[in-house]
Amino acid sequence: MAKVPVQFTLNGSEKAEFVDSGTTLLHALRDKIGDTSPKGGCHQGTCGACSVIIDGELRLSCLTLAETCNGASVTTTSGLSEAGVLHPLQRAFLDAFATQCGFCTPGMIMAAKVLLDHTPNPSREDVVEALSGNICRCTGYEPIIQAVLTAARANSQHAA
Amino acid sequence: MELRKNYFADVRNDDLHEIGQPRPRSDSPGHVTGKTAFFADRNFPGMLHLKMVRSPHHHARIRSIDTSEAEKHPGVVKVLTAKDVPHNVYTILILIQIGPEDETVLADGKVRWKGEAVVAVLAETERAAQEAAAKVKVDYEVLPAVFDMEEALKPGAPLVNEYHGQNYYLYDSGECRKVRFGDVEAGFAGADHVLEQSYQSSPIEHAPTETTGCVVMPEGNDRFTCYTNTQAMFFTLDNTSIILQMPGSKLHFVGGTVGGGFGGKVDVIVEPIAILGAKLTGRPVSFIYSREEEMQISSPRAAEKVVIKDGVMKDGRIVARKVTGYTDAGAYSRHSPYGAQKGAGHYPGPYTIPNVWIDTYCVYTNRTPSSAMRGFGVTIGDFALEVQMDKLARLIGMDPLEFRFINAYRDGDMKAHRQPTEGAALIECMQEASRAANWPVAEKYMTMSSYKNGA
Repeated sequence: MAKVPVQFTLNGSEKAEFVDSGTTLLHALRDKIGDTSPKGGCHQGTCGACSVIIDGELRLSCLTLAETCNGASVTTTSGLSEAGVLHPLQRAFLDAFATQCGFCTPGMIMAAKVLLDHTPNPSREDVVEALSGNICRCTGYEPIIQAVLTAARANSQHAA
Repeated sequence: MELRKNYFADVRNDDLHEIGQPRPRSDSPGHVTGKTAFFADRNFPGMLHLKMVRSPHHHARIRSIDTSEAEKHPGVVKVLTAKDVPHNVYTILILIQIGPEDETVLADGKVRWKGEAVVAVLAETERAAQEAAAKVKVDYEVLPAVFDMEEALKPGAPLVNEYHGQNYYLYDSGECRKVRFGDVEAGFAGADHVLEQSYQSSPIEHAPTETTGCVVMPEGNDRFTCYTNTQAMFFTLDNTSIILQMPGSKLHFVGGTVGGGFGGKVDVIVEPIAILGAKLTGRPVSFIYSREEEMQISSPRAAEKVVIKDGVMKDGRIVARKVTGYTDAGAYSRHSPYGAQKGAGHYPGPYTIPNVWIDTYCVYTNRTPSSAMRGFGVTIGDFALEVQMDKLARLIGMDPLEFRFINAYRDGDMKAHRQPTEGAALIECMQEASRAANWPVAEKYMTMSSYKNGA
């Protein structure tokens, strides 16, 4: 099968791969590049576990073709902590017991990050809306919502 | 939260200093950084992908299987049928002597439910495996199927599973698990009211975000490392050992990280065939359910039917309870004979009733095999029992919570299955619930104790 070159920035590092035409970004990230933080829960765009950030926007990597990401800046949950220090969202998820099995967590954090990047002081309704594409089956929604609100407060205090 | 330490004062003297104190979860840092290693995060060079050819029929005889076109498909490395599996007929609970072996790893001569695994295809890519699976030709003779438990129990119903010989699990007590306590008919005869109600539930899918699967690596020392999301590591190890006729020392299972299970990952389904594929090809093998397979193929919670007949006195005492429970195992046992048996022990509920009669049936139908899910065998029964309790309270014009105080089991009471009640704490829980829910009950119930002498 014909291979196509793909080149993009992942969490600040340049990445270049040859992939089969039609390869999803999820597949390229997990199986080619080795970033397994985005998860494949449904491969049909319904569970949100594969969520990543592409050029500042929330995207489902299972429905995004890798070859459409040339020149893009891609962020995943594995790239959020710096020098071993957790991102405020990661800290808040940890402190609020917002993880159970952990499979939906990276996608949840991506969705929450895009929300806070665009809306630094979200209402509870904003958080619910922003997470509405991410399924948690351990029924941890309430602590997840609280974690996002806590992270937002921590951010605004930090900015003030 | 108030700790009622007085109740357990004689059995535990610890301070319970951890209760009410937050403690960090040890797995959470891995979850929030994306570093937790789930089984599918293992990727090995040369890894093959396994896809299953599944039965499109609920019940059919297999006349022939032709894999020749599939084997020629580009990228296909191996095609497996029943004859490749060393010990093809198994049952999970044989490890605790609950037989007979009644389920095929790959269908042999017959399929008993829609979705049953027939042929396994291993190929270089998922796509090649999927395309080749579509080229396997299976010639079926469709047989009459039965989907309703009561229909399945009638004489002349289609026989679902020949390994059982009848459409119910044969317990040592006969066609059902039985509990007999007191004289239930005498109890009904002396009751002020008798109420018989029937309750039913549908199968429920666990729908974990991570689908069922495993990744197998053949090691250089003739051993196999199996990365799996099983919830039942040793059931899986031991059943795989039986199915593959391979000593357990050849099998190294790596697990413990499960992306949501809820009981849906206690069956032994993906590991034996994936390890067999790795053995016969010498290559790493990945077998991961698609979302569709997770929803349609993996075992759901069993459908249940519960018929409850109670005799109750105007003063609130339940004097007789007769329960007939039906658990729909689907085509194979898996964990359902155990679930139905659990129900038998559980059905009187947390109540002391002098006359009890319980029959629970584990029934075979041509539906997707059911298995474990969060309190299986008990959960649906509790739904039925507690709805029945509310109906009984309404029938005699009594507050539903006070009605439960009257019937609550207390320490020293003999349960219907002959285990004496100890450490019940039900009265104390209901007192706390009464306060927390602001649902007041008469003072005499608030001063009751699970110790019958009031100690």
